[in-house]
Amino acid sequence: MKAKHQRLILALVALAALIGAGLLAASALKDEAAYFYAPGDVKAKGVEPGKAIRLGGMVVKGSLKRAADGVTMSFDVTDGKATVPATFSGIAPDLFKEGSGVVAEGSFDAKGTFIATNLLAKHDERYMPRELEGMSYNETTRVLQVDQ
Amino acid sequence: MHRFANPARFLKIARPLTGWLFWSGLVLLLAGCACGLFLTPADYLQGQTVRILYIHVPAAWLGMAGWTGIAVSALMQLVWRHPLAAVAGRAIAAPGALFTAICLATGSIWGRPTWGTWWEWDGRMTSMLVLLFLYLGYIALANASARQGAGQGGVSNVTAIFGLVGAINIPIINRSVVWWNSLHQGPSITLRGSSIDMALLWPLGLTLLGFSLWFGAIVLMRMRAILAQNKVEARMQRLARG
Repeated sequence: MKAKHQRLILALVALAALIGAGLLAASALKDEAAYFYAPGDVKAKGVEPGKAIRLGGMVVKGSLKRAADGVTMSFDVTDGKATVPATFSGIAPDLFKEGSGVVAEGSFDAKGTFIATNLLAKHDERYMPRELEGMSYNETTRVLQVDQ
Repeated sequence: MHRFANPARFLKIARPLTGWLFWSGLVLLLAGCACGLFLTPADYLQGQTVRILYIHVPAAWLGMAGWTGIAVSALMQLVWRHPLAAVAGRAIAAPGALFTAICLATGSIWGRPTWGTWWEWDGRMTSMLVLLFLYLGYIALANASARQGAGQGGVSNVTAIFGLVGAINIPIINRSVVWWNSLHQGPSITLRGSSIDMALLWPLGLTLLGFSLWFGAIVLMRMRAILAQNKVEARMQRLARG
């Protein structure tokens, strides 16, 4: 066996061990490296009230209600497996709306309502022109209209 | 590959190729950016910020492709002792780090209006930041161990091993949005097709190809510069010995 082949085998074995170690570490980190809890995770594992977490999912259509003070809002977050009620006081990002993704930072209160201290809008992987979504945009007035 | 072990033979091909890659890449990427800025419609949710895509995606691709190139040249250095492998690794590192930084910066600028935050420690962003640090580490190691003159501008085997070990981060970056809940969206372009509408997608092809050709030109320029530097050093040493 030539020295070249020995080095090749050594390098390939080292590489295989490295990839194996990386995959093991990644699967061990599966829960810890998750950026947020989905409502299904909360239901399955339970999160004690008061513990600071991030809750991520879709805002249920028709659930978003704004309080009279103008800054407080309540909405339901779902991942298809479970639904969790949430409230937030403050300025929400522009992309925060019903039927789209949200990541809320905060904690659960004793009654199981998620009290969010910060909202992030989660964008999904779909990109399309407004015209396809049944919307039209007026460049001069900067008004987005939903075609009925 | 050992046909190119002789730098003279490599340079004979690299010299004309550099110009071709540089200019065709520049034309394509400028055309792609112009089309992406003026000809495509705004996104239904993100509005005008979607246009950052035409820079962000090629930068992310080249940051990851660059490290893959470093890993391949490290393997060629360690196993086949190819004299140009280490030169290629050194040449790739700086533009790779630059494009990784561009990817992080454009992503941050996009994230503020879209997500409502400049930075979050989610899987995709963290692993991409780790890639930037890996590049900086590689550059430091390569510069410290670069042998001038007779050593043909090579880097130490430790640097090459570092390049190989760092490659584990590439699949992690790629899979980070699939394995873990993340703020960053999942992959838009997969084997099954694209969830980016054709009306928005087509300039991305131009900028991807353009930036890639340009990257190739930069790497060839840097390889030629390193080889020229070696020649100078070798001549100086010969002169010094008299």
